Amino acid sequence: MNRFSIARPGSVAEAVREVTTHPAAKFIAGGTNLVDLMKYDVERPTHVVDLSRLPGLNTIEETGEGGLRLGALVSNTAAAYDERVKERYPLLSSALLAGATPQLRNAATMGGNLLQRTRCYYFYDAATPCNKRQPGTGCPAKDGVNRIHAILGTSEHCIATHPSDMCVALAALEAVVKVAGPQGERSIPMADFHRLPGNMPEKDTNLHGDEIILAIELPEPRFGKNHTYLKLRDRLSYAFALVSVAAALEMDGEKVVEARIALGGVAHKPWRVPEAEEMLRGKAAGREAFSAVADRILQGAQGYGGNSFKIELAHRAIIRALSQAAAGTPQSQTDKRIQ
Amino acid sequence: MADLDLPLRQGFAPDAGISQALPDDIPITLTINGERRELHVRPWTTLLDLLREDLSLYGTKKGCDHGQCGSCTVLIDGQRMNSCLALAVTKDGCEVTTIEGLAAPDGTLHPMQEAFIEHDAFQCGYCTPGQICSAVGLLKEGHARTPEEIREMMSGNICRCGAYTNIVDAIEDVMAKEGAK
Amino acid sequence: MDQSPMFETPLFETHVGSPRNRVDGRLKVTGAAPYAAEFTAPDLAYGYVVSGAIAKGKITNIDTSAAMAVPGVVQVFTHQNRPRTAWRSGAYQDEVAPPGKPFRPLYDEHIVYSGQPVALVVAEDFEIARYAASLVRVTYEAEKHQTDVAKVLGEAYVPPKKRSGITPPPKPKGDSEAAFGASPVKVESEYRIAVEHHNPMEMHATTVVWEGGGRITVHDKIQGAQNSQSYITHVFGLSNDDVRVISPFVGGAFGSGLRPQYQLFLAVMAALELKRSVRVTLTRDQMFTMGYRPDGVQNVALGANPDARLQSIRHDLIAGTSTFEDYQEATVNWSVMLYRCDNATATQKLVKIDTYTPADMRAPGAPTGLFAMESAMDELSYKLGIDPVQLRLRNYSEVDEANGKKLTSKELRAAYQIGAERFGWARRNPVPRSMKEGRELIGWGMATGAWEAQMARTAARAVLTADGRLEVASATADIGTGTYTILTQIGADALGLPMEKVTARIGDSSLPKSPVEGGSWTAASAGTAVRLACDTVRQQLFKYARGMDNSPIANADLAQVAFQGERIALISDPSRFVTIADAMRAGGVDRIEAEETAVPDKLVQARYSSYTHSAVFVEVRVDEELGQVRVTRLVDAVAAGKIINPKTARSQILGGVVFGISMALHEESMPDHNLGRFMNHNLAEYHVPVNADIHDIDVIFVEEQDELASPIGVKGLGEIGIVGTAAAIANAVFHATGKRIRELPITIDKVIGTKETA
Repeated sequence: MNRFSIARPGSVAEAVREVTTHPAAKFIAGGTNLVDLMKYDVERPTHVVDLSRLPGLNTIEETGEGGLRLGALVSNTAAAYDERVKERYPLLSSALLAGATPQLRNAATMGGNLLQRTRCYYFYDAATPCNKRQPGTGCPAKDGVNRIHAILGTSEHCIATHPSDMCVALAALEAVVKVAGPQGERSIPMADFHRLPGNMPEKDTNLHGDEIILAIELPEPRFGKNHTYLKLRDRLSYAFALVSVAAALEMDGEKVVEARIALGGVAHKPWRVPEAEEMLRGKAAGREAFSAVADRILQGAQGYGGNSFKIELAHRAIIRALSQAAAGTPQSQTDKRIQ
Repeated sequence: MADLDLPLRQGFAPDAGISQALPDDIPITLTINGERRELHVRPWTTLLDLLREDLSLYGTKKGCDHGQCGSCTVLIDGQRMNSCLALAVTKDGCEVTTIEGLAAPDGTLHPMQEAFIEHDAFQCGYCTPGQICSAVGLLKEGHARTPEEIREMMSGNICRCGAYTNIVDAIEDVMAKEGAK
Repeated sequence: MDQSPMFETPLFETHVGSPRNRVDGRLKVTGAAPYAAEFTAPDLAYGYVVSGAIAKGKITNIDTSAAMAVPGVVQVFTHQNRPRTAWRSGAYQDEVAPPGKPFRPLYDEHIVYSGQPVALVVAEDFEIARYAASLVRVTYEAEKHQTDVAKVLGEAYVPPKKRSGITPPPKPKGDSEAAFGASPVKVESEYRIAVEHHNPMEMHATTVVWEGGGRITVHDKIQGAQNSQSYITHVFGLSNDDVRVISPFVGGAFGSGLRPQYQLFLAVMAALELKRSVRVTLTRDQMFTMGYRPDGVQNVALGANPDARLQSIRHDLIAGTSTFEDYQEATVNWSVMLYRCDNATATQKLVKIDTYTPADMRAPGAPTGLFAMESAMDELSYKLGIDPVQLRLRNYSEVDEANGKKLTSKELRAAYQIGAERFGWARRNPVPRSMKEGRELIGWGMATGAWEAQMARTAARAVLTADGRLEVASATADIGTGTYTILTQIGADALGLPMEKVTARIGDSSLPKSPVEGGSWTAASAGTAVRLACDTVRQQLFKYARGMDNSPIANADLAQVAFQGERIALISDPSRFVTIADAMRAGGVDRIEAEETAVPDKLVQARYSSYTHSAVFVEVRVDEELGQVRVTRLVDAVAAGKIINPKTARSQILGGVVFGISMALHEESMPDHNLGRFMNHNLAEYHVPVNADIHDIDVIFVEEQDELASPIGVKGLGEIGIVGTAAAIANAVFHATGKRIRELPITIDKVIGTKETA
């Protein structure tokens, strides 16, 4: 771990000032990913700005438009077990509980979870090349060990995935990220928050370096019981997703009124295809319709050998998740039988 | 094995090491196992390294140093967390309970410690302090009641010796006794 | 009240054979048990290892200037400035080293595997050392490497020198090739397992305490303190008096602590050179830069008659080893040993790859070989249309089929029967894919496990003092196995003491000589040694008791008294007794001390083979569409001779079973052959089971009397739990899905069939 100074600002403005005056600064909240990466010499900030004392970011409040505003410093645990979240956004609660462990969820924050970095083996190993860690050095994952890598939206420079479970649910729920910077506040829809690697894989999100996340806003809930978060992984808990699916349906009897489907573990960002969701509108819920949707979502998917199975797995997972959502039998994160 | 004959740890004065010599030292206050401590820490010192290397509280274990095993689990303000991923400076003002702080001052073991012994819920003992702190945290949270829920909520603590079923039995035992009270 | 038959005098068992809590339990649950990195010393310096980035080649430059410039850095050791140590590689050979030239850390500029230590930064504290290590710049000249066993199968060779202590493949019996050709029913397949790294929870560490005058006390993560001691004295030219190794607690090892690992060398080197105390702790990723369970390509061919009698067995293995040592483990032997068959051949060859030398990992060889053999037996059972248990019973043997020797005992038949009953095997529908609940297919599978019951020459000391306390001591180890507890039980019963009055001391090189703790031989070996030493103490004590004035037991001989309740009493009239304290007083001594050595009986070894056996029954539930496999129920019926402590013994089997589940479903070190490096070198991506993965495990100890395996009737338990478990799971997955997966681990991709091996 490299040497750094630390600041403990007492206000958002002060925090923003700290990062604007120190070019190689990083915010720290729960620290569950940043400290991890600093010990591997992957992140090497020279100045660390501790956000844990900022006032007003640790609460869950009504938005006034029927939605909820989750402060950036709210812990993953607090959000997952909040009665309003459980009641109105059970999909988010479920996705949070599918991720990590109680210890990590107690420390990890909502803002920090948005900024989790990839689990790519090469990104984590400073002795190997990696375009995301060190632009221009290459991507050994493409011809290497890529079991956990992306099948959608990859580039020749990077095939890493975004590892968060929470973000997959937020994408399906069309949450909005509220941020503040030197130019004031702005809102970034989830769909635009994370980016694809393209030729700048070192950049995970569209957040500017001097911006701070204030909150995540959830729109008015609309999916009732018709949702699920289905996560498939190499052991039954405490593992990152090979493929995960967040699905939410607005149903009218057997018919789908509105569908939201986001995939985790398959791309550099939570993967949503609005055109595929459109395909379900007005259709009877059923395997045939779901399969067509899966085809559309996975259009253009490309495997790299070790991860090629994810294409078929994702196809099956989409169908299962939509079946669970349509039936109103969301996947339990405790009972490991898949409904 | 009350009189296992071990060489005594060499004396080590807490708070008196190199830490105070460096300009980067930051004063913080931590209440550790009920004792309020004024400490000077460097920005990069994790709570785990502070406990082990500066305070000689070696009961908290380092199994991976990256939040991937749970051996370093302690209770911070009553909540279980991985001390390896917490920079000590960010925990200024917090209350920390480690395995050394669970037994009563007279040496009476915490019920969870007793249950771990009774159910043989460990073998090599290295993940054990983390398991026990995690189990104490789990009880306080109140989200786990069935064996299935306990298994899921204890999945943040890896035991390579494979004592999992005994760990669940130990926790169920304590839960039943607490519930009976 | 059982009486142990092997000793002249009866032992009244109060503690042996009964469940007892671990005597080191309190230390472990309070965090007070000190592990290798938790001993400290004044002026302790911290070492941090810099790991190499390439698999093969040379270091052309190593720039330590930036690291040296960090305040608090004491020294950076590299191959260029390392102190003079032994120049002969033979001096680095430890107690369990395979044939070859052991790896010598920082010896020269050559790189022989990825992750090889290339520098040690020593600093005033851990964080300074870690930071400075990141500033060491190493440049390499890479050479072409090969880490893929499958690519070099054509270069396979029979190791010219056999590894000491490892039984080579048995001599061929009959003509397996001809018999296979003539067999009406046959199966033949290739099986693979993944490379696995031990990954005990405690990372390897060594604390060297500089005692002054060239003397050091070493706290090492090791399964045998004397192995580290002898390694240090040979490599650094020190005498046994200069080096004491004290390792009372080992945070798991599973074989990784059998051989001294490189942090021991580095810590001792630095301490001797700097003349101060030094601690070196490896990181979790560095735990992937040492020995591992080797991958291998296995072929098994079985031929049978329609009556299900085996006609031919062939098992061939080609396994990887390093370029510098010929690692060998008994992998194929089991296939020949277990079943009655007149024609059997087993071969084992090696290929050299550019990795570190593989290492013994829990039951080295057996779960690998028996995964292949017991999968093949399962395949054969379907071809024959016979129940898998019946197939094994049909070919059951009462001798060691590998060499024709008699067996000291074998209650495997009972294990099959009792295990099957407990599991409810009779309710199994033999047709694959026939059992289902909800969306999940249910599969029931079984397999046989076996492991050698060994005993190794071990010494122990017993000291009884006037306060009625007994200390038993041997330089063996407790890596979580329960050694402290069982030695305490044996000592307590030998002298009729409560366990609280007995202290077991182990993990110290200054104690009576013991081999490393491994191979499941410790309970039999150290247990016998403690019993022998206590027996000598008994005899002396009895002499004093009988000789005291007006002794109530004056006319008795040793066989007529019981040592119980801190007294020596007549068995026929317990009211006539002498207390231990009175006997000591009568003898005029304040201590009775005895040291004895347990030695395996050469005559028994010449005539008999000795094995533990198990029958493993497993239920899996498979979501076939999504590839998820859950092991929901497991029964392991184990025949392992006498069980000293049913509580810790059960834990040993539980742990072995979890290791087996891990092998079957989770564990896999993933090599990038382009880089010659294992890439998932952390516990987030190298998966071992977590609590959610482990459901009901039912351990049964089958009654087994064995008077020959060891004088105390013990056969050992550390390994048998893992053996057969992975095969039983693979067989259950086949029963559930109709898909035969011959490559471990059985992961989602293999179950959904896009990477099918069947």
